[in-house]
Amino acid sequence: MDQLLQHLLNGLLLGATYSLLGIGLTLVFGLMNVVNFAHGEFYTLGAYAAFAALALASVNFFLAIVLAIAAGALAGAACERCLLRPLRGQSIDTVMLVMIGVWIAMQNAELLGWGGVAKSVPTPFPTRPVVLGPLSVAPLRIFVFVVSGALILGAHLVLARTKLGRAMRATFQDRETAALMGVSIERIHTVTFAFGAGLAAAAGALLGPVFLLYPSMGDLASLKAFSVVILGGLGNFAGAALGGLVLGVAEELGAGYVSSGYRDAVGFLMIVGVLLLRPSGLFARAERVG
Amino acid sequence: MSRLLVAAALLVAATAPAWVWNPYHLHTLIMAGIFAVLALSLNLLLGYTGQLSLGHAAFFGIGAYATGLLTVKLEWSPWIGLLAAVLLPGAAGFVIGRLALKLRGAYFVLLTISFAGCVSLVSVNWMDLTNGPLGLPGVPPLEIALPGLPAFSLRTKSAFYYVVLAAVGLAYLLCLGLIRSRVGRALVALRENETLAASVGIDGTHYLVLAAAMSAGMAGLAGGLYAHYTRFVSPEVFLFTYTVTMVIMVVAGGKGTLAGPVVGAVLFTVLPEALRAATSWQWQMLLYGVLLVAVLFFMPEGVVPALRRWRTS
Amino acid sequence: MTLEARDLSVRFGGVAALSGVSFAVAPGTVTSLIGPNGAGKTTAFNVITGFQQPTQGTVSHDGQAITGWRPHRIAARGLVRTFQKTSLFPGLTVRENVLTGLHLRGRVGVAAALLARARVRDEERRLGEEADGVIDFVGLGARRREAANGLSYGDQRLLELAVALAAGPRILLLDEPASGMTTSEKASVAALIARIRAQGVTVFLVEHDMRLVMGISDRVLVLNYGRLIADGDPASVQRDPEVIRAYLGSGAHAHA
Repeated sequence: MDQLLQHLLNGLLLGATYSLLGIGLTLVFGLMNVVNFAHGEFYTLGAYAAFAALALASVNFFLAIVLAIAAGALAGAACERCLLRPLRGQSIDTVMLVMIGVWIAMQNAELLGWGGVAKSVPTPFPTRPVVLGPLSVAPLRIFVFVVSGALILGAHLVLARTKLGRAMRATFQDRETAALMGVSIERIHTVTFAFGAGLAAAAGALLGPVFLLYPSMGDLASLKAFSVVILGGLGNFAGAALGGLVLGVAEELGAGYVSSGYRDAVGFLMIVGVLLLRPSGLFARAERVG
Repeated sequence: MSRLLVAAALLVAATAPAWVWNPYHLHTLIMAGIFAVLALSLNLLLGYTGQLSLGHAAFFGIGAYATGLLTVKLEWSPWIGLLAAVLLPGAAGFVIGRLALKLRGAYFVLLTISFAGCVSLVSVNWMDLTNGPLGLPGVPPLEIALPGLPAFSLRTKSAFYYVVLAAVGLAYLLCLGLIRSRVGRALVALRENETLAASVGIDGTHYLVLAAAMSAGMAGLAGGLYAHYTRFVSPEVFLFTYTVTMVIMVVAGGKGTLAGPVVGAVLFTVLPEALRAATSWQWQMLLYGVLLVAVLFFMPEGVVPALRRWRTS
Repeated sequence: MTLEARDLSVRFGGVAALSGVSFAVAPGTVTSLIGPNGAGKTTAFNVITGFQQPTQGTVSHDGQAITGWRPHRIAARGLVRTFQKTSLFPGLTVRENVLTGLHLRGRVGVAAALLARARVRDEERRLGEEADGVIDFVGLGARRREAANGLSYGDQRLLELAVALAAGPRILLLDEPASGMTTSEKASVAALIARIRAQGVTVFLVEHDMRLVMGISDRVLVLNYGRLIADGDPASVQRDPEVIRAYLGSGAHAHA
């Protein structure tokens, strides 16, 4: 029983970051209809940006995370402006292939820039786990969970309460009307993509210290993000938030009770399972962002 | 004019072992041939039905393992192994096509990625079956054993070159036969307008399953050939780089044509070899990514259709 | 060759797109389905041809229940439809479009395609001739080799008709075949429909242009808010007070 609770706890803590990752993608895939296979690469970018800030510039840990988010958002904005905007109107397949190209290019750039050897990120947290009754948790993971939660809440507030959020929702619900109301469609597209990329980068900066950094870490991240998006339903913010937790818990239970080698298979199997059985997502009746 | 060109190219290809002195260059051509079969297989799905499979390396790998396991562990004839290398991935492709049902576009892609991911994990973790990361060494070469004559082993590069050339020819002719028939039109109808296709009696699922199974079987053949050429099979056959390379060969070469994938395969096997002296494979892959984006921006139909257009204008 | 709909209902959420619709289309006739926008006409077509499932009710053809069958199976039985929005194989030429439409008229499968080239050659030749025949029938002979997405709007709609005819329908369901056309183009379409009927094909069409409808139909069905409110010959339907109310209410044109 204790072991089960421990797995559940670990799963929830990890899952919050998956939620963050998934929310970024559900916005881009669900609202912009862009199949962003490079989503994981913004995650990687965030992780390496934080690493660079910490290890090379000896910057404060919290600031490093902020810088990572900024790096991700900037890269996302550049990507949207230079690649997606000229292709607007092209078939979704062409855009998909272009994002695959970006994926390949970014990953190999990371490989060339940082080398293939895994790096570990120094953190200011004590390594001794905090003990809560029968459960133990590393302080770093608690921090990651809290920040993830805060960012998710922040994202929700931006989308639901700010003028920008309203403009975003309006654009993707009814482009023409939004344009007539004075919304700059072009700017909203760039901002939305940057938003998604920034969230992915945040997830990377947060999970980087938990695991190791290596250039292909984005591949699994991409897949898990898609898994979360499919679980929660395309464009469904709350669904993605819940889906991330579900994935995290499922992974921990799988790794704990079945086999740790097949841990990542959980994400794959979830994709396959949901696609085949309930393609609209497990939480299809929840609120849609758009 | 173009017939002459094709005939000349065929002559050059058929006599290559005679005038390609450097065995390493011959190796490059053999790899180009294997990739040509792979590219043709991916093209069947991507170019004709319009669905992208990013898990094709899985079919390649299953083919390699099928023949590797049968010939190494059970010591069966490599030709049976090759047959299994076609049938087993073909069956997998059939299953995927059937499972996919109405999944199209990005969802189909995700299904194929997930499938490939699972297969890859199995090859690494199921040590009893596959030897895990250590791989299966000692895969026997192909040999021709006619009754009454001594067995002729196809282990030299020249001999294997002809095996691969035959395979490319076979794959090409198979695709050609398919395309120039009602079956080919049905596949294209899937890509162009599936709803309209259904309204005139074309069963989308049936043809997608067909394309997936044939495409997978062809990729498996390439995998089987690879196994008997390198004489070693390991989880590295599932590397995503193979899929990436295939995709760029098809897209840059010209999807939806038959010459495109072959041209793409030759280009993207020969080119990296030419660059190899100057750069590392990471630069190569980086270049591939950039090139993919560039092609989609400036020459979205690919090299072969662009050349054809340029010649008729 | 009768097409029969019995008690068809399609509901999603709280909306009833179709409510208890029943009718029969007699063979060899031209029957029109009219009604104000949103009355459920295209929904009826979708349900009959398998593109949508009814919540209730049955569709049968020649006594065989076809409710819930997948579209390609229904097409194979001879019920072929066109679409409201222009629907073609955009990247293909006119001839290739029609050849694709001739799918049901061919028999070659994978095995034959790979191993029996002679049979394939014969079939291709036969289908080629049939395609040319259909193209000439609709009057697109001059544009045989042109790309479908380069055609004028009127020619594209003719091509759609050609593709549907190629499938060898016994019942042809046309969804607004004359929409967006000039008066002379509409007259051509009407003439074409008459010729199609003369070939023994039953025609069931959805249309907004009253002059066209009343001019060529043997029977007219009127839908309003998902319900069938009139079913009879053109003259009596035009005089039906409920029909007039339905149209005047939505501000549409109810003149002969």
